[in-house]
Amino acid sequence: MTTRIVELRRGILKKNDELAAGLRGRFTSAGVLVLNLVSSPGTGKTTFLERTLRELHARGARAAALVGDLETDNDARRLAASGVPVRQINTHGICHLDAEMVAKHLDAWESLVLAGLDYLFIENVGNLVCPSSYDLGERIRVVLLSVTEGEDKPLKYPGLFNSADAAVITKIDLAVPCAFDRELALRNINEIRPGIRIFETSAKTGAGMDGWLAYLAEQARPS
Amino acid sequence: MHELSIAMSIVDAVTEAASAYPGARVKEVRLRVGALASVVDDSLQFCWELATEGSPLAGATLVIQKLPVIVHCDACGADAQIDGVQSFRCPRCGAPAADLRQGRELEIESIELEEPEPKEPGSGAPEPVEEHL
Repeated sequence: MTTRIVELRRGILKKNDELAAGLRGRFTSAGVLVLNLVSSPGTGKTTFLERTLRELHARGARAAALVGDLETDNDARRLAASGVPVRQINTHGICHLDAEMVAKHLDAWESLVLAGLDYLFIENVGNLVCPSSYDLGERIRVVLLSVTEGEDKPLKYPGLFNSADAAVITKIDLAVPCAFDRELALRNINEIRPGIRIFETSAKTGAGMDGWLAYLAEQARPS
Repeated sequence: MHELSIAMSIVDAVTEAASAYPGARVKEVRLRVGALASVVDDSLQFCWELATEGSPLAGATLVIQKLPVIVHCDACGADAQIDGVQSFRCPRCGAPAADLRQGRELEIESIELEEPEPKEPGSGAPEPVEEHL
């Protein structure tokens, strides 16, 4: 027997990366700003997104949402109350969304015209580890962290926090009862992802939503 | 726990690459995995066994080379390796460093194949014997 070394030098997730690049091209040419929302389960992604969609809808912006969960269409039903088109992706046990799932659901979503949208939000499966490896073709990856979770989440999950383009702190109306150390949380986020835009919000009271919506409008403007 | 998906992607890529060498057995698969790739070595090894069981890749060793994070510092211009993944600052000047030059890799570097010896004249199947009548 003889041995032979074959150099491959290829990305393990090459197939996903290629699909994501194709999606990104479609989103760019359609002029839609796509955001991938990632957090632990229970951070309040759906409540935050629900408020965001409602406010955008009220301001005349055209938004839609794809929402990923292992099972149930509860989140899609909650989000649909905001008045914008919503579609559920059930991963049936898979802990993250991938580009193929997004592409498949966009193709099957016949009533949705990408070119008619300003924003498409993709709510990922609640998980702070696995979604970091899977590009969905988004332009902005948003990591969310609630005041109930502990200020050291960014240090515990650096892979995801470092890959994010914007960070949202949710449930700030609960900051006092939770003895949330705001300075420490901001410092930890900045230690892992220096210079990242951070929004401190409460979907319940509406605090901080204006700054977030202004950011969305600024990002959606054609450059 | 996306290591099983990762292991299955490796199986697909390696099977495809090895198909160019009929008769060869894959002995070893070498990966380069960045410190920020969110992959747990033990978990990936476990899933690799599961994913290759009963396939032509069964028994192939997975060798994982971990790569530390290297940042580029805008303040002092250095490319420098940071220790761990808890603080993204230039180790030379201490400035925050968001520009990553290494650390997210998740790639197959190479595979090692074991191939049967090339057949030389007279070695393999018996040569047809010329009969002189």
